[in-house]
Amino acid sequence: MDWLKIGSAALLIGMLIFIYPRMRHAMKHSPKGTTEDWKGFIVPLAAVIGFVIFLIMMVRG
Amino acid sequence: MLGQQSVASRPVESILSTNKVIRSTYQLLSMTLLFSAFTAYLSISMQASQGMGLVATIVGIVMLWFVLPRTANSASGIPVIFAITGLLGFGIGPMVAFYLAVNPSIVMTALGGTGVIFLGLSGYALTTRKDFSFMGGFLMVGMLVIIGASLLNIFMGIPALSLTVSAAVIMIMSGFILYQTSSLIHGGETNYIMATASLFLSILNIFTSLLHLLGALGGDD
Repeated sequence: MDWLKIGSAALLIGMLIFIYPRMRHAMKHSPKGTTEDWKGFIVPLAAVIGFVIFLIMMVRG
Repeated sequence: MLGQQSVASRPVESILSTNKVIRSTYQLLSMTLLFSAFTAYLSISMQASQGMGLVATIVGIVMLWFVLPRTANSASGIPVIFAITGLLGFGIGPMVAFYLAVNPSIVMTALGGTGVIFLGLSGYALTTRKDFSFMGGFLMVGMLVIIGASLLNIFMGIPALSLTVSAAVIMIMSGFILYQTSSLIHGGETNYIMATASLFLSILNIFTSLLHLLGALGGDD
């Protein structure tokens, strides 16, 4: 086990500890989205996925 | 239509204030991105080791968690955000140097791709004026799952899991860009320094994940 792995793991564990209470807060206080709201999120996300696939194809030539 | 109604119902002062926050955020974001590109260049030219990069990243993240929230409401928040973005830029230097040595076009493609994704998503949120505040819980859970999977993969070293994490990071960070931009538009975020930090992290994570994906999937082998 090298120091890089230990350092990376320590950073990620710190992130988990830091984010967990914020996640619980966000889960409790975030408003619920309607189907229409989620569609408004899915459309740009699908565009991002398509764009990333396009970039991979482009780099592969 | 709904967006226009919500704007019309808000007082003029509130809209002006929101526009000012948005403008200040994008100005500061562009400056911090340029500064982090400069520190990444320094890191590459100094041939900084991965260990140095990791230390810079850890110091940057610690400052982001503990120093920035205390200084974001004062003028000292500006040097702090530059220090954080500079350290994070320095932190990715060794990784960028590796990909530059393997195939420089991958780095350029990842850079351009990140720019297109950020501008596209910001433009979408700004023009549609949709409220993405409902995504807060979902994005935080997604982030927690990604961090958990990354932690697991440090010890297991499964390439497929690493690529899955990179793809998931791009999706979650895209969601964060929509969420943060919508928060700026609807007055949820009124501090442009905190908004800059959040958008900067999303952009940085998209860039590194895209670099990883293109490096792994875009090769000839």
